[in-house]
Amino acid sequence: MKYSSQSVAKPYFIAAIGLFVGQILFGIIMGLQYVVGDFLFPEVPFNVARMVHTNLLIVWLLFGFMGAAYFMVPEESETELYSPKLAIILFWVFLVAGALTIVGYLAVPYATLARITGNDLLPTMGREFLEQPTITKIGIVIVVLGFIFNIGMTILRGRKTVISMVLLMGLVGLAVFFLFSFYNPTNLVLDKMFWWWVVHLWVEGVWELILGSILAFTLIKITGVDREVIEKWLYVIIAMALITGLLGTGHHYFFIGTPDYWLWIGSVFSAMEPIPFFMMTLFAFNMVNKRRRQHPNRAATLWVLGTGVMAFLGAGVWGFLHTLAPVNYYTHGSQITAAHGHMAFYGAYVMIVLTMISYAMPILNGRDAANSNKSQVVEMWGFWLMTISMVFITLFLTGAGILQVYLQRYSETPQAFMVVQDQLTMFYWMREAAGLVFLAGLFTYIASFFVKGEEARLTPAENVVSS
Amino acid sequence: MNQTFTKSMARNIFFGGSLFFLLILIGLTTHTVTVLPDRDNRQNITPEVALGKKVWEDNNCIGCHTLLGEGAYFAPELGNVYERFGRSKEAIKGFIKSRPVDGIPGRRSMPQFNLSEEELDAIAEFLKYSSEIDTNNWPPNIQG
Ligand code: HEC
Ligand code: HEM
Ligand code: HEM
Ligand SMILES: [Fe+2]
Repeated sequence: MKYSSQSVAKPYFIAAIGLFVGQILFGIIMGLQYVVGDFLFPEVPFNVARMVHTNLLIVWLLFGFMGAAYFMVPEESETELYSPKLAIILFWVFLVAGALTIVGYLAVPYATLARITGNDLLPTMGREFLEQPTITKIGIVIVVLGFIFNIGMTILRGRKTVISMVLLMGLVGLAVFFLFSFYNPTNLVLDKMFWWWVVHLWVEGVWELILGSILAFTLIKITGVDREVIEKWLYVIIAMALITGLLGTGHHYFFIGTPDYWLWIGSVFSAMEPIPFFMMTLFAFNMVNKRRRQHPNRAATLWVLGTGVMAFLGAGVWGFLHTLAPVNYYTHGSQITAAHGHMAFYGAYVMIVLTMISYAMPILNGRDAANSNKSQVVEMWGFWLMTISMVFITLFLTGAGILQVYLQRYSETPQAFMVVQDQLTMFYWMREAAGLVFLAGLFTYIASFFVKGEEARLTPAENVVSS
Repeated sequence: MNQTFTKSMARNIFFGGSLFFLLILIGLTTHTVTVLPDRDNRQNITPEVALGKKVWEDNNCIGCHTLLGEGAYFAPELGNVYERFGRSKEAIKGFIKSRPVDGIPGRRSMPQFNLSEEELDAIAEFLKYSSEIDTNNWPPNIQG
């Protein structure tokens, strides 16, 4: 560790992984409810499990982003963090608020939670991904603002690099667009329109800045490629991300009551959204190929390349699959959407956070650069188990989706939703099996942190810096 | 990447391009908001519909259902359920009211929300209002 205050990242990473386990457990509960409809009913209805699953995902990714920022920014700025104490306080505030919210979801009916948290004063609840009580939302804003203040002050005080500026822009954007979650008009069309200013402008907008900057940071560290080259790539990637992604919002404005010119704008611009993701793939592989030195943390290298590939597959390929209006007319709100959502979130944001953790954790644990070879092998097993099972989850959901779309929406004699679902059970069982493998992969990954052994080092022949 | 394409060119494309398209997005959004009254059925947003939306949100119906294709994929689309149920608010109310507390064995189940008569009327009215939004002919057929 170059700066002792970087160590505040560690609790953030540990909390992230802990919540990740919770997310997957609830995913598996829902996967079972898909085929055994009354499983855990009425104790844990599907909607409750879903809130827990998706909100834990968002919260642990935010923990991951924050940990990443606390680790990266002192090193980029070449100075200690502005206030490590604030970072620790905010950690506990966020963790306790998050835990209380999840307990709230599970302990009382949602309507009761809405009542006791005063939803009537400023109704923001009951919308997908934004189910948190209004006071939790306010808490999130406060935590994120405190966090951005801390990061911003650190950057102001020290060296200003492109990587830390892009990260900061992404984080500020994250906070700004989250404010739209407080806008909840009675008019359903307006509600839906601006709901996407949180959801779409996050994952296909400002989060890509965060993704790009973490990718750039880890690539510099792992490959030793010249900063100038990396920064140029970073600018081009995020330029393409926003140039396509801002108007790409239109791919959600096809069928929710918005005017029909969005059919064209949304289709054309979102069809170009895979470009920045493809550039990330090229970026990762190019930099690793051009590396000026070997790095003993081979697991981190695997994660970085994996992110490049899987983000492109999940967001780029599976996104493109259903983004043109004539296709989306049939696939809108089907299992195709779920297939894409899973692989995109996993490939882009889960994997970038795990990349950062893989790179940073050995250092945070006082090693020079890497865990033992044995530990890395276990970690790589975790990588492959999770990644391959996610590919299968996506494929099974895609199979289910194609059949669903055909039977319910395309064939001459459309069948009712529930009748169609009954015919998809085979796919859902296979998804559930793949989900269990994912869980096994996650446990394998976690086990790697407990595998001891001497730090992996380069042989003298490997340990050279080329120009 | 090519040497003649410099980092500062890349930076300018990023700032210029992003700002340009952000402004276009804001412009188009503003335009959309001004023409929405022709499509979004706002003339039918009564206090009852507003209460219906509140009941919808307070019970997290979106956690199982889609509404105009957005939400969860566990249970039927409800944007057109008013049409599917033969334009009968009573049928919608009856369905919601009759959900067994312990679910239906082996079948995906919907909770019993114990809604008041007023809330039931409101949610049915809200679903009727939703079904009359101009959605460019989505969904493709009555099954949602
Ligand atoms: C825990 C999941 C869940 C929640 C939450 C839920 N539903 Fe349902 N709903 C279902 C399922 C499953 C069905 C299909 C039931 C069947 O066919 O046996 C259904 C069916 C319906 C139907 C009939 C649709 C049709 O085409 O047959 C209506 C209307 C409905 N729900 C309204 C609501 C409303 C209003 C709310 C919120 C107050 C709500 N639901 C919340 C699971 C849920
Ligand atoms: C990492 C980036 C991305 C993530 C995390 C992501 C995630 C998601 C999620 C979770 C949804 C479902 C939203 C809902 O519940 O209603 C969704 C919908 C959608 N995404 Fe993405 N996405 C990403 C990138 C893309 C890209 C690049 C494209 C296009 C090329 C795309 C096209 C779509 C479309 C068309 C929908 C709407 C599906 C429908 O009509 O039901 N996504 N995305
Ligand atoms: C890191 C891994 C995972 C990520 C990132 C993830 C992400 C998500 C997201 C974003 C959604 C909302 C989807 C949408 O609206 O389109 C979702 C829903 C869901 N997830 Fe996951 N998930 C993961 C793992 C799992 C696993 C392992 C399972 C089960 C085996 C699972 C089962 C489900 C189910 C059943 C839904 C609900 C779909 C619906 O609305 O009907 N997930 N998940
Ligand atoms: Fe999108």
